[in-house]
Amino acid sequence: MASMRDIKRRKDSIQSTQQITRAMKLVSTVKLQRARARAESSKPYFDKMYATMQSILSKSGNIDHPYLVHNGSDKKAVLVVTSNRGLAGGYNSNVVKLVTEGGFSAEDTEVYGIGKKGVEALTRRGYHVVADYSDVINEPLFSDAAAIGKQVLDAYAAGEIGEIYMACTSFKNTVVHIPKMVKLLPVEVESAGEVSEEEKNTPMNYEPEPEESLDMIIPKYINSTIFGAFIEAAASENGARMQAMDAATSNAEDMIATLSLAYNRARQGAITQELTEIISGAEALNE
Amino acid sequence: MAEKTFRLEIISPDKVFYTNDVVMAEYNTVEGEVGIYAEHIPMTQIIAPGRLIITEEEGQKTAALLSGFVEITKNQVTILAEAVEWPQNIDVSRAEEARIRAERILSSDQGGMDLKRAENALLRALTRLDVAEKYKGR
Repeated sequence: MASMRDIKRRKDSIQSTQQITRAMKLVSTVKLQRARARAESSKPYFDKMYATMQSILSKSGNIDHPYLVHNGSDKKAVLVVTSNRGLAGGYNSNVVKLVTEGGFSAEDTEVYGIGKKGVEALTRRGYHVVADYSDVINEPLFSDAAAIGKQVLDAYAAGEIGEIYMACTSFKNTVVHIPKMVKLLPVEVESAGEVSEEEKNTPMNYEPEPEESLDMIIPKYINSTIFGAFIEAAASENGARMQAMDAATSNAEDMIATLSLAYNRARQGAITQELTEIISGAEALNE
Repeated sequence: MAEKTFRLEIISPDKVFYTNDVVMAEYNTVEGEVGIYAEHIPMTQIIAPGRLIITEEEGQKTAALLSGFVEITKNQVTILAEAVEWPQNIDVSRAEEARIRAERILSSDQGGMDLKRAENALLRALTRLDVAEKYKGR
């Protein structure tokens, strides 16, 4: 049985760990609130962007546009959106798993890393990291997303890569974050839904022509999708960390309770033993 | 009788910038300047940097609209703006700097991709300055 001193030392150490996890939980709660407000206020933009994009594509039919057709390159680019810091439960490893288990071989994949944890994990597994934008994920700006978007689009236009994906986490609510793989290019058109009677009578006009419009709208769509993913990722990261730290704090609580019990037992045991020794000593003198 | 109005929504990446029932919206597209009244035919247009003038029933509002696109549907006009600013929010000194920088690149005429970008930057800077100056304090 462990000695009293060992138990006490262990208990103290867990207590100070608990203080840290509790503080981290509070910090990420505050950050989460800010990130969530941001994610919610920018949601209309992305929803509308997506809807417009889909409606343009479904109506413009068979356009032979370079952004819509596979350009023949076998290489795939993946934007991996993770966090710069750990201690966020499965948040980072879930995103990394999407890449490693999602049919992306280390040879044919170019990784654009956003977030140190993802970059580190994928480098360890032998993936080629082309660019590392880890510093943008803490305070994502639209211009950052635009710069990254431009780089992947340039590589796509140059034929270096044939498909662009993004591994990120979508933020459903404080406790639910879903890791997902999004295909950015070539743009996939959702199976065209039924066109309402009204829409048939008033077809959409384009100024300039649909092909030219697509040329300008698709890069904007890519940029805003990337930016949207950043914002949701920031919210998810803090949500995941808050949950992880909450669990850690309550686990520490349980361990401290168990150790306190063991400590008190050991102390009582020591007292009993001392008493027994004194009594038997006194009895020995009486004889 | 009051003029017919339509719903105008201006959405920027970080917030809903403006939403109201308006009489007319004027802005600049890559095909030229346009003014939209209610019951316009459905249309999608690409924004070019320029002044955005919103005519409400009670008066006019102006903003600098720099890039994005517009979707006009039956009773609603949605402007998806990557960059849009009210005159009082424009950073004049930054715009001035951007103007000088762009003009330098243009006058050194290196040609190519940079030139096109500089032209665009110049256009944006000039739009910002124009809007900020004319509508300050309104």
